Amino acid sequence: MNIHEYQAKQLFRRFGIPILQGEVAETADQAQAAAKKLGTPVVVVKSQVLAGGRGKGRFKEHGPSGPGGVVVVKDLDKVRATADAILGSTLVTIQTGDKGEAVHKVYVEAGCAIEKEFYAAVTLDREHRGPTLMASAEGGMDIEEVAATHPEKIFRQPCDPLLGLLPFQARDMARRLGLKGESLKQGADLLERLVRLFIDSDCSIVEVNPLVTTKDGQVLALDAKITFDDNGLPRHPDFAELRDPNAESPEERAAREHDLSYISLDGDIGCMVNGAGLAMATMDMIKHAGGAPANFLDVGGGASEDRIKAAFKIIVSDEDVKAILVNIFGGILRCDLLASGVVAAARSLELRVPIVVRLEGTNVEQGKKIIEESGLKVTFAPDLAQAATKVVAAARGEA
Amino acid sequence: MSILIDKNTRVLLQGAGKAGLFHAEKSREYCETKLVGAVHPGKGGTKVLGDVPVFDTVVEAMEKVQPTASMIYVPALGAADAIMEAAAAELPLVTCITEGIPALDMAKVMRYLASKGNRTRLVGPNCPGLITPGQIKMGIMPGYIHKPGRIGIVSRSGTLTYESVWQISNAGLGQSSCVGIGGDPINGTSFVDVLELFGDDSQTLAVIMIGEIGGSGEEAAAAYIKRSNYPKPVVSFIAGQTAPPGKRMGHAGAIISGGQGTAAAKMDALRDAGVHVTHKPSDIGKTLLEALSKRGIDARS
Repeated sequence: MNIHEYQAKQLFRRFGIPILQGEVAETADQAQAAAKKLGTPVVVVKSQVLAGGRGKGRFKEHGPSGPGGVVVVKDLDKVRATADAILGSTLVTIQTGDKGEAVHKVYVEAGCAIEKEFYAAVTLDREHRGPTLMASAEGGMDIEEVAATHPEKIFRQPCDPLLGLLPFQARDMARRLGLKGESLKQGADLLERLVRLFIDSDCSIVEVNPLVTTKDGQVLALDAKITFDDNGLPRHPDFAELRDPNAESPEERAAREHDLSYISLDGDIGCMVNGAGLAMATMDMIKHAGGAPANFLDVGGGASEDRIKAAFKIIVSDEDVKAILVNIFGGILRCDLLASGVVAAARSLELRVPIVVRLEGTNVEQGKKIIEESGLKVTFAPDLAQAATKVVAAARGEA
Repeated sequence: MSILIDKNTRVLLQGAGKAGLFHAEKSREYCETKLVGAVHPGKGGTKVLGDVPVFDTVVEAMEKVQPTASMIYVPALGAADAIMEAAAAELPLVTCITEGIPALDMAKVMRYLASKGNRTRLVGPNCPGLITPGQIKMGIMPGYIHKPGRIGIVSRSGTLTYESVWQISNAGLGQSSCVGIGGDPINGTSFVDVLELFGDDSQTLAVIMIGEIGGSGEEAAAAYIKRSNYPKPVVSFIAGQTAPPGKRMGHAGAIISGGQGTAAAKMDALRDAGVHVTHKPSDIGKTLLEALSKRGIDARS
């Protein structure tokens, strides 16, 4: 789960990570009031979207010469107009895709005199099997470019998951970043806290870009991005309220509430598969057969009849779907349970598209029997290759 | 021969809840897998599945019934603790079926296993477990699709393992052992570990390796196959060739992966190491047969 900058900064504050004063606003008036309250000569109005690249991003409504996603405002009377232009507009950045993301909130933050920009992030490193701190003195907007062309300029410090970032490791990283004197100590402390936050909150990414030193000698996190590990969320019930209901479609929400892994795609063949690997392989097969999947949907291992029903409902609610492929190789998921779910869902929904079913695995005979006896019109396929061919033909109206 | 488990393995069930008991029962039905005990805190002293004694702790089970391997069906937030409990009791082999374990829990588990001198081999988590067809089943895979034979299978994906097994059985061949290493970012046994074991196993004549996008386990396996001049043919499929890039936030993910992890990169690395790579998941069996006949290997007996 991703959270917004203003939410991430609340968490930063809780962990003692130095940030500037700021306030979130949902209207232009609130933004103006927030700027006045901050009392600094310059404020920054920042679009709250769950994507990076905001600074270079542009709004669909205002074109390439219009404001970016992050606007420095030096005349405080103009905060209202700035916020007004941003709120309700659609920001397109390198990470949002062409559709962009609608901005419903802005974060109004005090300005500061930046001396130098850095990059810092904590993420899970599969290779070291634990959290790794990455930092660079080449902070700012083009960090991925730096990573690609000058990987040696990004320093890495693997962290022990039990001990966190040790103070001497933090100081060493601060030194490598070129920090000196008081800034070195401040920077090291900040990095240690970032890793602490990452571990204690079950994060998968904590990123600060830029981390800055200011002309008055402070080390500050100017940005804050946090992605939580979804598997850790049950341990942090207080994070549930951080979820932005605007950030997911109704289908995505239904999928999440039923523990289904679902991604909407552009094709016209709805897929219901168990296991992420088989789900991806099924999509690969559909492409090889000349079709295009409408979604990725993994019903998971411990699916109940209700979960299967919910999955089917999500697939059918997609208007583009012209045929459905159910590909289940039952292990922990029993075929009879799957079949009951499909039959129940098909009865409660008005099915207007052909269904191709490929069933194999635990209790497969009972599963096939349930579907056959239900009178539901499905085409059975004996294997993966034929399942793909049949569903592609069905989507074309050839079946 | 086989790898990791055989008919003499004494199996402990950790987590005797509904799912654990269902699959333990299926294991027992399959070739009389020796289920010597179960651990379920609070249920010590009782019996499950007829005559299987239940203990409150793994240590107690070790003392009373001497298991040599454990399979874990404990719910996600308790699974890491269950793995560490098994390691503390020095069980040599642990497979964790549970999915949804927080990644940082797994980081701590790996650290703990290392602190115990890595005397416990962990397979998984988020995996189907292990099976040596005709001898023993420790996991959630449907038993009937397997046949005893000479092909080793190692896979990151549960259901794709079944798919491969099914194709091989239908092609008239069988499996020596099948190992699901699990799809989580941090897991125990790796592709390389299992390839080493299959390499040394006289019963295994060829290996099927099923990977998927993300991580660098397949690349590491390719490097190992090349470096070791691997003695047996390897057939591979990588799932996710057509997967669209996921939504992302920030840059850390791209920086840490350094461009590794795409299906194309993995397939290239494997091909370069002499692995028989198929684009189509439906052609895994066919590709294996071709690889065997090319090298003049008869894997039917």
